[in-house]
Amino acid sequence: MAVTTEPGNIDLREPKGWRRTKNRTATALMVLSLVLVIIPLGFVLFTVIAKGASAINWSFLTGSIPPNVAPADEGGIGPAVVGTIEITALATVMAVPLGVLGAVYLNEYGGRNWLSALIGFMSDVMTGVPSIIMGLFIFSIWVLHFGYSGLAGALALGCLMLPIVIRSTYEMLRLVPNSLREGSYALGATKSRVTMTVVLPAAIGGIVSGALLAVARAAGETAPLLFTILTVTTVNRNVFSGPNTSLPSLIFVNASSPYVGAQARGWGAALTLIAIAFILMVVARLITARFARYAQ
Amino acid sequence: METPEQNIVTNLPRLETAIHVDAERAEAPLGATVFDAQSVSIWYSAFKAVTNVSLTIHEREITAFIGPSGCGKTTVLRTLNRMNDLIPGARVEGDVHYRGESLYAASVSPIAVRRRIGMVFQKPNPFPKSIYDNVAYGPRINGERNKAKLDEIVEKSLRGAALWDEVKDRLNKSGLGLSGGQAQRLCIARTLAVEPDVVLMDEPCSALDPIATGAIEDLMHEIKSRYTIVIVTHNMQQATRVSDRTAFYSVLRDEKSDTRTGVLVEYGRTEQIFNDPRDERTKAYVTGRMG
Amino acid sequence: MPAGALTKKRPLGDRSFQVIALAAGLLVLVILVLIAVSTGQQASLWFTSQGWKIFSTTWNPANNQFGALAFIYGTAITAAIAIVMAVPVSVGIALLLTEVVPRRWARPVVTVIDLLAVVPSVVWGLWGILVFAPWLQRIYTSIGNGVDGIPVLGSLFGPPVSGASFFTAGIILAFMITPIVTSLSREVIATTPTIDKEGAYALGATRLEMIRGTVWPHSKGGVTGAVLLGLGRAMGETIAAALVIGSSATITSHLFAPGYNMPSVIANQFGEASGVFRSALMGLGVLLFAFTIIINIVARGIVERSARRQRGA
Repeated sequence: MAVTTEPGNIDLREPKGWRRTKNRTATALMVLSLVLVIIPLGFVLFTVIAKGASAINWSFLTGSIPPNVAPADEGGIGPAVVGTIEITALATVMAVPLGVLGAVYLNEYGGRNWLSALIGFMSDVMTGVPSIIMGLFIFSIWVLHFGYSGLAGALALGCLMLPIVIRSTYEMLRLVPNSLREGSYALGATKSRVTMTVVLPAAIGGIVSGALLAVARAAGETAPLLFTILTVTTVNRNVFSGPNTSLPSLIFVNASSPYVGAQARGWGAALTLIAIAFILMVVARLITARFARYAQ
Repeated sequence: METPEQNIVTNLPRLETAIHVDAERAEAPLGATVFDAQSVSIWYSAFKAVTNVSLTIHEREITAFIGPSGCGKTTVLRTLNRMNDLIPGARVEGDVHYRGESLYAASVSPIAVRRRIGMVFQKPNPFPKSIYDNVAYGPRINGERNKAKLDEIVEKSLRGAALWDEVKDRLNKSGLGLSGGQAQRLCIARTLAVEPDVVLMDEPCSALDPIATGAIEDLMHEIKSRYTIVIVTHNMQQATRVSDRTAFYSVLRDEKSDTRTGVLVEYGRTEQIFNDPRDERTKAYVTGRMG
Repeated sequence: MPAGALTKKRPLGDRSFQVIALAAGLLVLVILVLIAVSTGQQASLWFTSQGWKIFSTTWNPANNQFGALAFIYGTAITAAIAIVMAVPVSVGIALLLTEVVPRRWARPVVTVIDLLAVVPSVVWGLWGILVFAPWLQRIYTSIGNGVDGIPVLGSLFGPPVSGASFFTAGIILAFMITPIVTSLSREVIATTPTIDKEGAYALGATRLEMIRGTVWPHSKGGVTGAVLLGLGRAMGETIAAALVIGSSATITSHLFAPGYNMPSVIANQFGEASGVFRSALMGLGVLLFAFTIIINIVARGIVERSARRQRGA
């Protein structure tokens, strides 16, 4: 359609007809996508909160796990809470330092060499390995020799967390300006000193934030624990030996139970788990906002 | 860009200043040789950045490196404290002696070199730590743990950098909160805290306003009696104001390979370089017709 | 200056630090190799005792029959359903975030996606089996009755129907992989040079036309990579699927029927398994590992190549 430029005849309105319709439809579809995602999210969160909130109280969080047939208001999920805390903490203690060191190698020492390219690539690939494989792995090389334990579960979770921590730490280290490193070198620092005293402190906000997100992920995982901690119902304060339990494990067991009481406890545990993950996520965001100086 | 006529007029006051200052400097005895560079060429992988530089830097003098951009003056400066090592593919041919010892011998530790030869950068780069921790950083990595001693060193260095009075009440505030000029003086204090022999300065004032620049230049005069200073600057007036000796670098264009390599054109006492340059290129640069 | 003052061997601490950092990095490679070796070794009994029957359709532990085809089929079907649903939605949201939504509103939208990602698999499963599946069952029943007898539709959506089925698992997997496909697509789409976009607008293009003309050609590769990563995730997601898939090892075209997939059967039956049975489940794990590693390598390769092309451009 030719554009006319006779005076008084200039049409600056939106293109009419099918072009406009197609454009509007596209925009509507995009918004619809968002709605399609908000609905189930809202549904899940609402259900968990509605069904779980009534169960939560201090005795629930600390009480022992009753048999599945027990009614809803009896007992609690104490051992599972303890288990989750122990096992996730142990996994964090193992995975985070190793992940940070690995990222330090990639960014500070590896540079462009083929080895660091390979490690970085395979680390990203590893984040896509299903978590159940980590469980089968630790079962094969550890549980078969040393039995079920919280430690075995922590090893499996650690394998899961390692590549996540490596990637997020690496991104943070990359953002530290080189001028800081040069300033430190110029004062006669060795490379390890430069890294430990200037680079890591400068990136620490982002590193901690990334680690917290990895912890949130690990705390919610069930599959790696299935064959490593042998879900029990009693509390085990020794994370290094003997079977254990965790919140996700308990939820998994209770979800397939026909008993209403068990299901109710499952909802309570689910709310607890989501609350933990949510708190970690919020804290991570706060830390990024306040302390990650070089991010964004 | 000034016309030649304007050049002559504006050059006159400059000449007077140069001559006036140098009258005092001409009296001082020639200090010991601190750096002795012989036929130094610097490569970045296959690219020859600087070719065949030979000069000697003397003790307790301020030596300025001047020249148009891309002439390699910063590259040569960074060679003096082995900072080029940090660039992958960087290679030095020829020899640089520091007080008689070869800087690039296989057994030499760059860490040890840098503790003696400090550097201040173009853009102030205070660490994201407190002012105190910035200055104490160097002594701490050298093993100093005693709090009282560190306090003393921090005060002495900050005084030496003419910053003490401005920050003495907020030593544990972040170093990032300082103005440009203060931040640069903090970086100088940080460098002085390790008690180096030499202070290299890579265009230390180019990111600063004229007042801050003046403060830094005054500082250089003050600390000159204790340190040997080599400064890269693109500001010729600054070179005339502060330096005893000036090295003029220029760019050699290779038409065939279309590469630009830095070369040392002329090196001598500042008053000679500016008042009576021997090389045509030097004359063209210092009188403002080029660069 | 004392002789030799500049010479000092590199401090032991400095060298050790480098070694430790290198070792930590190598750990990734070591773990991957160990996974392959250890699980492969555990699975070998299955291969040696069953031979090619490992790919048969019969899975009957009581009869010592461990054919895996039903699970491979189930994995493929549920992942396909998940991808078909998640990809348009994820790409739609990614485009929404980069092209439509003004800066200020981007944050809340990203938060929604992050929240979606933070819901643990087991909670999806719990909600899935106790709330979603029963609700879906009613819908499946009406659809099933409606299409019963119709040639293609009937065999896809006709009875038998069950709340816990391939389709339900597929939907929940779709929810779970949306965050990763969205965020990766968004990263890729956001790198479209503004000059190109402005060029399209300057020619009088509508937003859709601009997207089709500049954003899409630029981001095609990267989005494909993102989709593949989502596929890998859908294949391996275990617990949610295990709870809602119906636990029935059958190959059927009926999407609303109960089924099984690789990770789910491992999760549900490993506890009681021993001997060849356990080895068979390990074998399924090995297959799953192999599939996901390959998909991830291809996907990351595509994403990296398109990113490199952009950087070089």
